Parts: sequence; structure tokens; C-alpha cells
Amino acid sequence: MALSVREYRARIRSTESMKKITRAMELIAASRIIKAQQRAQAAAPYARELTRAVSAVATFSNVDHALTLEPEDPKKAAVLIVTSDRGLAGAYSSSVIKEAERLVEKLKGEGKDVDLYTSGRKGEAYFKFRQRAVVQSWTGFSDQPTYDVAAEIGATLIEAFLAETGEEEGAVDEVHVVYTRFRSMLSQEPTAVRLLPLEVVEGTEPPEQGDLLPLYEFEPSPSEVLDSLLPRYVQSRIFFALLQAAASELAARQKAMKSATDNADELIKKYKRIANQARQAGITQEISEIVGGVNALADAQAGSE
Amino acid sequence: MAESTDKVLQVELVAADRLVWSGQATMVIARTTEGDVGILPNHAPLLSSIIEGVVDVQTAEGETWIAAVDAGFLSVADNRVSILAERAEMSHEIDLENARAELERCREAGENDDAAQEKLRRAEARVRAAERAS
Repeated sequence: MALSVREYRARIRSTESMKKITRAMELIAASRIIKAQQRAQAAAPYARELTRAVSAVATFSNVDHALTLEPEDPKKAAVLIVTSDRGLAGAYSSSVIKEAERLVEKLKGEGKDVDLYTSGRKGEAYFKFRQRAVVQSWTGFSDQPTYDVAAEIGATLIEAFLAETGEEEGAVDEVHVVYTRFRSMLSQEPTAVRLLPLEVVEGTEPPEQGDLLPLYEFEPSPSEVLDSLLPRYVQSRIFFALLQAAASELAARQKAMKSATDNADELIKKYKRIANQARQAGITQEISEIVGGVNALADAQAGSE
Repeated sequence: MAESTDKVLQVELVAADRLVWSGQATMVIARTTEGDVGILPNHAPLLSSIIEGVVDVQTAEGETWIAAVDAGFLSVADNRVSILAERAEMSHEIDLENARAELERCREAGENDDAAQEKLRRAEARVRAAERAS
């Protein structure tokens, strides 16, 4: 580490400017995360009411629907992986991809083929680099997803699910989603859930044996209501996953950038110490050179007298 | 049960990304696939699909709120009315000029497929909602 003082100064300067960048990114992520959380909260009433309606239909009518039917012999599964568009968010994307790989392994172990769908550029790049086929990927919205995107993804997945297996291209028997659940600012957790076939949680106090069912009127008919209700339910679940992922991404980015800023601080401190040492060594050397010079001069003069 | 809960409806008008309006009302009118339906307090439990149209809410204070909604659902149970639509706007949030221009564009495009029809109905609903409010 025998660099000159000037070189250490240059390193300190570049680390300082990097620190400024990471600090700015940290602050930006921190301010966006609040907005992302608000968006997630704003979307909650819709999801809640929709769930209530779905469980009302499930509880008060005996209609089966294609989206809730368990295929007898599932052979093919689709996995939607929700990643980020941009990096610099620590292990955010890689941990969700790792979780997805685990799920894919598990599904393969059960004898199912897996079709991959990704959202976010990182996921797309990961599979492209490994030359693994991705059926479809959506990019460009990871930190503020809109409902339209969720609706589009939902429509694609539902179409794949409803297609006849073995006859049509891209047909699947189940659909899974892997996304990062936002628990708190400090902890985000990659989660895998099965989206289709739907498991409807029967919520509003199920009728007891022998009780008369409250007369729910369905217009135009229970099956038609369910027909338009369930796809929306799926889309809202996807929207929820995207919003959670967006909040998690920002939280992960904030955390990563905070530790980058801290590291830059450490590095600057270290370089300053080394630079000071080098400076002091230089001074010491100069002094001993001067003293040496003076002594030599004195010796020479003493010799000539 | 208190009488007050019997006489008013607890209404929630919800879009996919936000709660558009919530409050108490004495009457709600919405357009279902079968036609307009009016909901009064103590209505029987109902779950119905609604289409692009105008939702009319008479509040307990006698005010009228009007909203333009997309296709979605209306659910009524225990004097709770929820109207769910992917998009919904209160009449005062709609820019009438813009909505008219949009409607004009849809009509001129003259396409006849489902998506275009849906767009046209949505534009019409927005104009109607904005006009009725002004």
C-alpha cells in the first residue's frame, strides 16, 4: 500500500462522491416507500370487498366454476415471478428468484412441467442469461404498478389456466405467484402462493346445518356473477402481490443504500488514516533528509578547517 | 338494533386502487346488466354485475352524489352496499370538456368490437355524470 498521498486523496474524493449518490438514493427510496405503502393501503378496500363478495357467493350458492376446479392430474404449472426493474436493492431480486427456483424444483419433483412468467427486468435478465425459456415477461413498472398492468397479467394467466391442457399451446393446470411480502421496513419475505385454482375462504359465517340460507339474489345468475367476479378476484390478488413487491423493493433498496453509505463512510475513514500516515512518513523522511544533509555539511566544514 | 341502522345504507364505492366514496345514504341507483336498480334500506341481499354507467347516491343529509363507474359489482347485505369497479370517478373529479372530447373521439373512431363499445359506454357514462352534476 505504498501509494502517494495524492493518490489516496483521489480515492477519498471518489468515495465521497459515491457516498453522495448512495445517500441520495437512500433518501429517494425512503420517500417513495411511504407512497408505496399508501398505495397498498388504498387498494385494500377493493380487495376486502371483493373477497367478501366472493366468499358470499361461495357460501350461499352451490355453483362450481372453472377457476375453482382442481384438475385431476396436474401436469403443468405456471409460475409468475415478481422481481424489480432496477438493481441496487441488495438481495431483493436474487432472494425472490431463489425462492422461485425452489418452487420450480418442488413442482418438477411432483412431476409437473413449469412455464415461467416474469415481471420486472431483473427476472427477465436472469432467465435470459441462463437461456431458459420465459413464456412472457412484463417490465417497466416495478416500483409503481398500476391496476391495468395487474389486469393484463391476470388476463394472460387466466387464459393459460382455462386453455385445454395438451391441446393448446401454453395451457397450464395451476398458477403460482412468487413475490416479496412486505412485513415491515426491516423485514421483507419472499413468498410463494398458489393463485389458481382458487381456494375460496368462506368467510361470512357459513350457514349451519339445517339453517335456511339467507336469500341472496344474484343478477343475472349465480354462475354469471361468478364468471365476472372470479377473474377480478384473481387480478386483485395479482395487484396486491405487485404492490407488496413494490413496497418491498423500495425498502430493500433503502436498506442496501444505507449500508452502502455507511460502508463509504468507513472507507473514507480508512483512507484518511492511511493518507495521513503516508503524509507523516513523508514529513519524517524529509526531516531526516534535512538533518542528514546538515550533518554532512557540518562534517565537511569540520574536515576542511 | 338501533333504528338508525335500519333506515340508512352504509355505502362504499370502491375502485381498484382507492376508496372513492363512503358514507351513509338513503338510496343508491346503479345500472346492472339487467337494467337500472334502486337500492333502499332493508333491501334483500343482492349480488349483481353492473356495467359502465352512472351511480346515483342520495345521502342521509339529502345531498346527491353522482359517480361514473366501470363494469364491476354491486353487493348488498345487512344494509351495507358496496359498489366495486376497476375504475370509478366522482362527478366533480371529471373534467367535462375532456370527457366530451373523449366521447367524440370514440364516436368518430366508429369501431365496433367489444373493447371499443366498452370505451364508448365508459365515455358516455363520464359525460352523463359530469353533466348531471353541473
